Amino acid sequence: MKRRLAPYFLILPGGLWLLLFFVLPMGIMLSLSLMEGDVVSGYQMTFHWQTYVDGIQNYREQIVRSLIYGLITTVVQIILAFPIAYWIAFRGGRHKSTYLLLLLLPFFVSFVLRTISWRFVLTDEGLLLAPLKSAGLLPADFHIIGTAPAVIGGLVYNFLPFMILPIYVALERIDPRVVEAAKDLYATPVQVFTRVIFPLALPGVFAGVLMTFVPASSDYVNSAVLGSSGTTMIGQVIQSQYLTSQNYPTASALSFTLMAILLIGIFTYARALGTEDVLKVAAR
Amino acid sequence: MAPAPAPVRRRSRGRTGDRLLFVYTWLIIAWLALPIFIMIMFGFNDTKGRYNQTWQGFTFKWYGRLLEIPALTEAVRNSLLIAVGTTVVAGALGTLVGLALGRYRFRGHGTTNFVMFAVIASPELVMGASLLSFFVYIGAGLGKTTILISHVMFSISFVAVVVRARVLTLDRYIEEAARDLGAGPWTTFRLVTWPMIFPAVLAGGLLAFVLSIDDFVITNFTAGTTTTFPLWIWGATRVGLPPQVNVMGTLIFAVGILIALASALSSRRRPS
Repeated sequence: MKRRLAPYFLILPGGLWLLLFFVLPMGIMLSLSLMEGDVVSGYQMTFHWQTYVDGIQNYREQIVRSLIYGLITTVVQIILAFPIAYWIAFRGGRHKSTYLLLLLLPFFVSFVLRTISWRFVLTDEGLLLAPLKSAGLLPADFHIIGTAPAVIGGLVYNFLPFMILPIYVALERIDPRVVEAAKDLYATPVQVFTRVIFPLALPGVFAGVLMTFVPASSDYVNSAVLGSSGTTMIGQVIQSQYLTSQNYPTASALSFTLMAILLIGIFTYARALGTEDVLKVAAR
Repeated sequence: MAPAPAPVRRRSRGRTGDRLLFVYTWLIIAWLALPIFIMIMFGFNDTKGRYNQTWQGFTFKWYGRLLEIPALTEAVRNSLLIAVGTTVVAGALGTLVGLALGRYRFRGHGTTNFVMFAVIASPELVMGASLLSFFVYIGAGLGKTTILISHVMFSISFVAVVVRARVLTLDRYIEEAARDLGAGPWTTFRLVTWPMIFPAVLAGGLLAFVLSIDDFVITNFTAGTTTTFPLWIWGATRVGLPPQVNVMGTLIFAVGILIALASALSSRRRPS
């Protein structure tokens, strides 16, 4: 009897903490998004769905832009991450952990500080553009800061290790004999890659997408530091609705909408690329 | 150990490809490290004006004048306090959850796993927003306590996942042997289980510390008027960052690297 209760005692404090400060706040945010009122006079539950309709209508541009930026970031990251994960997994030899530590170096510096550092490098009078402009290689009115590529570049930069690591883990698990077998069966290098290595790496790509698409499309630091009014993302809107306007119902409705869209996206993607299908592709 | 025989290269093209990949890998590493390099370098910049943006000569003086900005010092102190608190609380609670998930099968096992995953996968923005909604709704004042509560919340899952992974690899017969030899449950835990899971508890705690000290998004929502190191940097961006920020960042970076190297070395020495 006592042994059967043991796991519940172990879970109790942590579980209670998460129930109180993760699950319950989500529920309160949901109900707040359907209330009307303000900070001073309080909020009444009126099931005011109109908040969602208005929020989505007013900020459709920012929502769509965030998803597009998140999508581009993720695709660019897969392309950038694959070769480096491949190199470390198959050619890293005994230096694998050194390479991994080098890739994790940025995490020892604050996320905000790193992003500001990029602003510093890329700004109009900064380390990169000033010399190029004075040498006449770029027109004087050339900008990077404030453009969409600057924001996407920042997102790619900040979340790239989260894409490299899961792909690396998946590639590292591949039995080298499988690759050898493919070669022995006269597969060309391209076929070895497309028919054997890439399908086996798909679970890693999936984990990487999960770990980068969600934070990238809900980010507001990169677009605030590296962007301009033309690159505003939904995260910035939600942040200012909460912290500046204190318009809690709208802000709650927008963050719920964002989460719903991200969840639907992730589930659709998981179904399209589900584990069974991955196995089927591998077996083909 | 004898070196494994080198695989026979079939084509020279493979070699060129390898060389390209090698160069590419180092280019990416350099790109990832560039902002760190700039941060460290401009901590040594003998800047005269308020903007620390152009190189004006080498100096050590900012290291001596590190604590001259009271608000910054206060923010760093808050960050350290909260990170230590998070490490202790989330370390303890997360370890218990990890033990339960790794060791027992019970009703609610799947649900607990799902909640752990949900916390890790949820956008920080949404967690921060929901916590702020919650604190506003119950009328709690924002400050160090609410920051600590939120940091513990998102760190528990990471600690639990790390500890669970370790518990799953443990040989249960070692504990049964201890019990057969007359050790009670508590003695078994203290003398057998705890030493075996300790590396994972340490790793989970370090992870909690790093996540807490660097967190910006959730803290931004739950801090009120309290500042932490990342929040102070964020607020100071518009007026220009003083070199002290670079020095603080450099010191935190150096300590982090030292701890990472020390734990990597100690785990290498331990036979696994």
